[in-house]
Amino acid sequence: MNELYAWAAIGVITLASTTGDVLLSYSMKQVGDVGELWRQRGALAVVGRALTTPTFALGLIAMGVAFYSLLFGLSWGNLSLVVPAAASLTFVANALAARVFLHERVGHRRWMAALLVAAGVALMAI
Amino acid sequence: MTFRKYLVLAGITLFGTAGDSLLARGMKDLGNVSLHRLSGLLLAIANPWVASGILLLLGFFSCYMSALSWADLTYVLPATSLGYVLVAFIARFSFHEVISPTRWLGIALIAAGVGFVTAGPSLTSARQRGTSREIVGEAVSHEAKS
Repeated sequence: MNELYAWAAIGVITLASTTGDVLLSYSMKQVGDVGELWRQRGALAVVGRALTTPTFALGLIAMGVAFYSLLFGLSWGNLSLVVPAAASLTFVANALAARVFLHERVGHRRWMAALLVAAGVALMAI
Repeated sequence: MTFRKYLVLAGITLFGTAGDSLLARGMKDLGNVSLHRLSGLLLAIANPWVASGILLLLGFFSCYMSALSWADLTYVLPATSLGYVLVAFIARFSFHEVISPTRWLGIALIAAGVGFVTAGPSLTSARQRGTSREIVGEAVSHEAKS
C-alpha cells in the first residue's frame, strides 16, 4: 500500500513541478531578458517586474506544492525511488508541456536530450 | 549564446548541486522532521549547513530565472542536468565511493543529452513559435541570434 502512495506522490510531484516550471518560464519570458533589464534599469527593476507578474506567484506556489509533496513522498517511499523517478518523469513531462503550452519548438534534438537525460537519471538511481 | 550566458547555466548546475548537498548534510544533523513537529523546520535554518545551503539555492534560483528569461525551458532543463554527474564524480574522487557500471552508463546518457541540447538553438523565435505546431520534429540547426 505504501508503494501505491509513493507512486501517487511521484505523480503529484511531477505534475506540480512541471506546472511550476512552465509558469515560471512563461513569466520570465514576459519579464524579458533579465541581463539587459538589469543593465538599463538596475536589479530592483528586475525583481519588481518578476514579482508583479501574476503567473510568477502561481509558479512559486506550484513549486511549493511540489516541495511539500516530495516531503510526504519521502515518508512513504525510499529516497532512492522517489527522487530519481520524479526527476526523470519531470524531464519528459516538461518537454511535452513546453511544446503544448509554451509553443516551444521541441524537435528531434530536444526530445533526444530530454529522453537521454531522463533515462540517465533513472539509471543513476539503480 | 554568449560566454556570460554559459556562465549562468554553469551557475544553475553548481549552485543547485552544492545547495542540495549542503541541505542534505544539514538535515542529517537534525534527524527526522515529523509532520507533527513542523517547527523543527524553522529551527533548521539555525544550522550552518542548512543556512549556507539555502543561500546557495537562492543563487540557483536567480540563475535559473535569469536563464528562463532568455532561453527555452526545454533547453535550460537538460543543459543544466550535469549536476547529477558532478555528484557522482565528487563521490568517486573525494569520497572514493565505487560507481557501478549502470551508474557510469547513466552518466554517459546524461552527458550525451547535455551535448545534444547545447549544440542546438537556445530559444524558439517568435516566428517559429507561430508555426511550431506544423514543423515539430524537424531538427533545427541554426542558432537564434542573441
